[in-house]
Amino acid sequence: MSEYLIKNGHVFDPVQGIKGDKKDIAIKDGKIVDKVGSGAKVIDAKDKTVMAGAVEIHAHIAGPKVNLGRIYRPEDKLFSCTPTKGMERMGGGASIPTTFKTGYEYAKMGYTTAMEAAMPPLFSRHVHEEIRDTPIIDEGAFPVFGNNWFVLEYLKNHEIENTAAYIAWMLRVTKGYAVKVVNPGGTEAWGWGLNCLSINDPVPYFDITPAEIVKGLIEANEYLGLPHSMHIHPNNLGNPGCYETTLDTLRLAEGFKAKNKFGREQVLHLTHTQFHSYGGTTWGDFESKAKEVTDYVNKNKNITIDTGNVTLDETTTMTADGPFEHHLTGLNHLKWANVDVELETAAGVVPYIYSPNISVCAIQWAIGLEIPLMMKDPMRCYITTDHPNAGPFTRYPRVIKWLMSRKARETQINAFKHKDKVLSQTAIGTLDRELSLYELAQMTRAGPAKSLGLSAVCGGLAPGMDADVAVYNFNPDKPVADPEDIEKAFSRCAAVFKSGVQVVSNGDIISNGHKRTLWVNVKTKENPQVARDIAEKFVKYYSMTQNNYEALGHHFVPNPFALEVDATN
Amino acid sequence: METVTITMKNAPALYLEADTISPDAFAGKNAAQIAELPAFEGNVPTTLGKYFEISGTAGATAADTKIVVKGDVKKVKYLGFKMSAGELVIEGSTDLYVGAWMTGGKILAKGDVAAFAGLAMKGGELTIEGNAGNYLGAAYRGDWRGMSGGKILVRGNAGSDIGMYMTGGEIVVNGNVDVHAMTHAEGGKLLVKGNAKSKLGGQMVKGEVIIFGSIDTMMPGFKPVGEVALEVEGTRAMFSHFIGDMGERHPKRKGETVYANLYKKI
Amino acid sequence: MTKTITDVICPFCGTLCDDLEVVVSDDGKKLLEVYNSCVIGTEKFLHSQAPDRVTRPRMHQEDGSWKEVSYDEAVEYSAQMLAKAKKPLMFGWSSTNCEAQSVGNEIAEISKSCCDNTAATCHGTTLIAVQDIGLPSCTLGEVKNRADRIIFWGCNPAHAHPRHMSRYSIFPRGFFTGKGQMSRKLVVVDPRVTDTAKMADLHLQVEQGRDYELLDALRVALKNEWLPDTVAGIPAEKIRETAAMLKSGRFGIIFFGMGVTQSLSKNHNIDAAIALTKDLNEHTKFSIMPMRGHYNVTGSGEVFAWQFGFPFSVDLTRGFARYNPGDTSTIDLLTRGEIDAMFTIGSDPGAHFPISAVKHIAAVPSVCVDPHLTPTTGVSKLHVPVAFNGVETGGNCYRMDNVPIDCRKVVEPPEGMLTDEEFLTKVRDRLKQLKGVA
Repeated sequence: MSEYLIKNGHVFDPVQGIKGDKKDIAIKDGKIVDKVGSGAKVIDAKDKTVMAGAVEIHAHIAGPKVNLGRIYRPEDKLFSCTPTKGMERMGGGASIPTTFKTGYEYAKMGYTTAMEAAMPPLFSRHVHEEIRDTPIIDEGAFPVFGNNWFVLEYLKNHEIENTAAYIAWMLRVTKGYAVKVVNPGGTEAWGWGLNCLSINDPVPYFDITPAEIVKGLIEANEYLGLPHSMHIHPNNLGNPGCYETTLDTLRLAEGFKAKNKFGREQVLHLTHTQFHSYGGTTWGDFESKAKEVTDYVNKNKNITIDTGNVTLDETTTMTADGPFEHHLTGLNHLKWANVDVELETAAGVVPYIYSPNISVCAIQWAIGLEIPLMMKDPMRCYITTDHPNAGPFTRYPRVIKWLMSRKARETQINAFKHKDKVLSQTAIGTLDRELSLYELAQMTRAGPAKSLGLSAVCGGLAPGMDADVAVYNFNPDKPVADPEDIEKAFSRCAAVFKSGVQVVSNGDIISNGHKRTLWVNVKTKENPQVARDIAEKFVKYYSMTQNNYEALGHHFVPNPFALEVDATN
Repeated sequence: METVTITMKNAPALYLEADTISPDAFAGKNAAQIAELPAFEGNVPTTLGKYFEISGTAGATAADTKIVVKGDVKKVKYLGFKMSAGELVIEGSTDLYVGAWMTGGKILAKGDVAAFAGLAMKGGELTIEGNAGNYLGAAYRGDWRGMSGGKILVRGNAGSDIGMYMTGGEIVVNGNVDVHAMTHAEGGKLLVKGNAKSKLGGQMVKGEVIIFGSIDTMMPGFKPVGEVALEVEGTRAMFSHFIGDMGERHPKRKGETVYANLYKKI
Repeated sequence: MTKTITDVICPFCGTLCDDLEVVVSDDGKKLLEVYNSCVIGTEKFLHSQAPDRVTRPRMHQEDGSWKEVSYDEAVEYSAQMLAKAKKPLMFGWSSTNCEAQSVGNEIAEISKSCCDNTAATCHGTTLIAVQDIGLPSCTLGEVKNRADRIIFWGCNPAHAHPRHMSRYSIFPRGFFTGKGQMSRKLVVVDPRVTDTAKMADLHLQVEQGRDYELLDALRVALKNEWLPDTVAGIPAEKIRETAAMLKSGRFGIIFFGMGVTQSLSKNHNIDAAIALTKDLNEHTKFSIMPMRGHYNVTGSGEVFAWQFGFPFSVDLTRGFARYNPGDTSTIDLLTRGEIDAMFTIGSDPGAHFPISAVKHIAAVPSVCVDPHLTPTTGVSKLHVPVAFNGVETGGNCYRMDNVPIDCRKVVEPPEGMLTDEEFLTKVRDRLKQLKGVA
């Protein structure tokens, strides 16, 4: 493999505490090294910003509901499809890009790792086919557990060991990465057209509450010592007043401590916090509760969050929160797709237009920005758009602009039709904070990597780590004349390296890289009861045989990267 | 207003996609420059000059430009595509997408036009002296925002699915229309001086349909509510009034439910 | 000695049964018995064992006879044809695996072709309806475990999807449906008294071509609004009774087939059925699902969608993807004479398309990749026989509910035969040489 030397850039690396110093980054055999030989290819990064490749902790980019979105939204691609260009395959899609476009767009913005946030286990083959066809970026996928019948039945009796054994089996057969929970219990209730809107609403038939599911899955996750924590989309998403359910959910983590060998410190990751930080009782008195939620998270170190920033675009919502999507189609009357998945989960898809002329949308925009600006520790708060739910991930440069520039925020606030309402219902107008590049690197690199248990692999530039490096045309020594320059600089990298291969040069794709599929291989003691339960459910209730469910051949995951966990003790 | 005349000389072997034949693309160009405008025959990039003889010079802006298309353009698609101003006259019959996504200006097609004419049209005038194909003034696939403004006049007959997902503007058909006119419409107006086939106004939320002739089968979701006298394009007559589609969702305005109105001449 | 292979997937219809058992000879070369499958599925497996099977590519000669050619010659003809054509059409894809479809898409991208699958003539209209108003649906296991109201609209699973009713929809005892058939009410809507209709608790014998009106009337009935005395030949009272029966269930599903997707109103029938399903969700839980025909037509739509953004009728001629059935759809392309080369794989348009479309296939350079002899191979210039997918090679496929299942190889293909994927890969590589792309 080639050697590279990225010279004279301003390096921002929270892993090593480097805050913009001029420093050379050396790459050899796919890794960051102390030094390289004189024959190394030199990349001139003078007056540029150098960071590790960014890490996406939560996006919907591969799998059945994403593809359902593509299938049912031809209008999302109208006049926007791009031709084959050199190394690049054709692309298309504004809010739900094709797999090729997904990989290229992430790479061009300096992202090198991304997590698919909700994999329905029955559809794991589909998720992996799409991951395989997404070039460059390393990807993992989170199987969903919060409405799984095995989990509901085991946790009803607080059977942590059995839950853990089942999780380990599921991660193995689906090549999954982490334990994802979406609207715990509520999505199973949706099987009957019902929902669980608080953590104490009983799940129909299964005689368990969302609170018991969440606590049990935290325990099982720590029992196994998985790289990532339980990753939750709580009950009652998106409704006025939902912040109380969010706080109730967060309190369930009290007293739990992370147990793992990956350097992860949290036991609960709260995703797309924006959608869970709403006050008020109706859309009329709708208001921000970002302060209440971030106050709690600031005080409780065993929690990490991501933001879910609204980008003010026409987009496509998609979630395993089936009842929420049904609720949403009732509000905006746009086309509704739903898939209930036997024994496991559900999903819904509805297009949505976040209009700057609608006060609720503008308030959602403000809440999404308040959260990172109110978080004291950037290592525990990560920037996402919950792609494509609050906006497409391709808008990250714009979100970064708003976070780094108060002036940019003011420009947007002044452009809102209901500016006064935004200012009265949120604190966005009072926040002076502007994120530094170092904080940005914490929120987009070191932080998410640590939360995912990948801090030894990516998210930093220390020797020995994967050589995932992004070079931006952004000179930190010069004051920002126009906030638009921030957006422009973070949209297209000067250079990007993925595992030591240069994949982007001057904003163009020059290699499709060697993308890997990240998954977690947990060894557990044999558990005959769980094995029997699995066999029985397949014979009686699944529509597929167990052997076919467990078959996930090499052609689905041609380049796996397994994180090994030994939970036999 | 300056006039550019383009005459088909070398007909394409397959079909020609000529989305550059519009006042917007011609504006500010002379005949030689217009001849260089891109077009596609299948996957082969080509230019207008290879097919058309071009005479005249365009005006400085689209609004100052009139295009006259002569010769056999039955195998040419996208005439007047995304046009915003000026005029386009098509002397004969032509193929798909005439005036599709147009926002302004005037198109006069003297012959027939094939499907998807005036697709997702936002403004301007589209006049078809012959017959129009299916999906006239309809929405693009998957979009809930169909024709939203402007006026389409068809002197002959129109095909199926016209005005699908229409939200505004007006379509007048002097002849007959095929099935599924105004399906899913949520605004706008359709006047048919001839007959309508079945499925008329199915799943319609809002908007207006006026039929002078017969309807072969009325949608069950249209409820008869009486008779009214209307004056339509200078003709005063009695009409049976229906509201619907009662199976569909309907918005409320000032506490009153708003339905689509269908009037059939008695 | 023989070997029994279990959990075999049936490469026939969209039901994609995955519990077949196949007995093969000890050397894995002969397929002897098939268990658990329906008659059609069994035939599909046994067909591969035909002694008179064509095992090498053949070129149609001027005099109508066939001349055997090598696979290399077949690759050369195919690649040259696609490289030269101004507007080639690559059609079919529904009876092959996703891996082959993926290579095919690469070929289409390089040759700037139109590409389409058999949805163009069956459930493409369903996809158009889904694009217009969505699709509340579920997996087949949900139906088995929860459903107590089953509607078959314009479809006849007793003949077309023979094991559907026993595996998923009527008879199985699931988690919340312990009484099996006893816990379910079956409604069949069909102008004919089919074998499925004979089993129904309620058969609505709708007038031909009036499904759209009947669906609208059911929606009106759910809202307790005015109805004419009869709609589509069904008395209003019966329509109101049906609506009440549907909403009184706990979990219902509408399965529909080509009786509604390809009759008058086409996509609008499905659109209205989806709207009815959506309305029923205000009262109880309801889903709707197309009865997809070919065993992997669904997969083709999935692969098209994640690679190009559209599920069928994709036009890549301008170098990027476009989609608009009516313009970019196969029947229209053929009957309008828009294309100048035809590559068919994994389907039989010769048997199913209107004669004017088939005539155009015969008039242009053409390749048909198919293990069988079909009307399409008969009109094509080059016939490339390949291994039977799902029998002689594995690969991923998608069931009618979009659930992916990896097919199994159970026997070896005849000596020297290529699979779809292998043949396509050779064509792709040769085409890249011809086009000078890396």
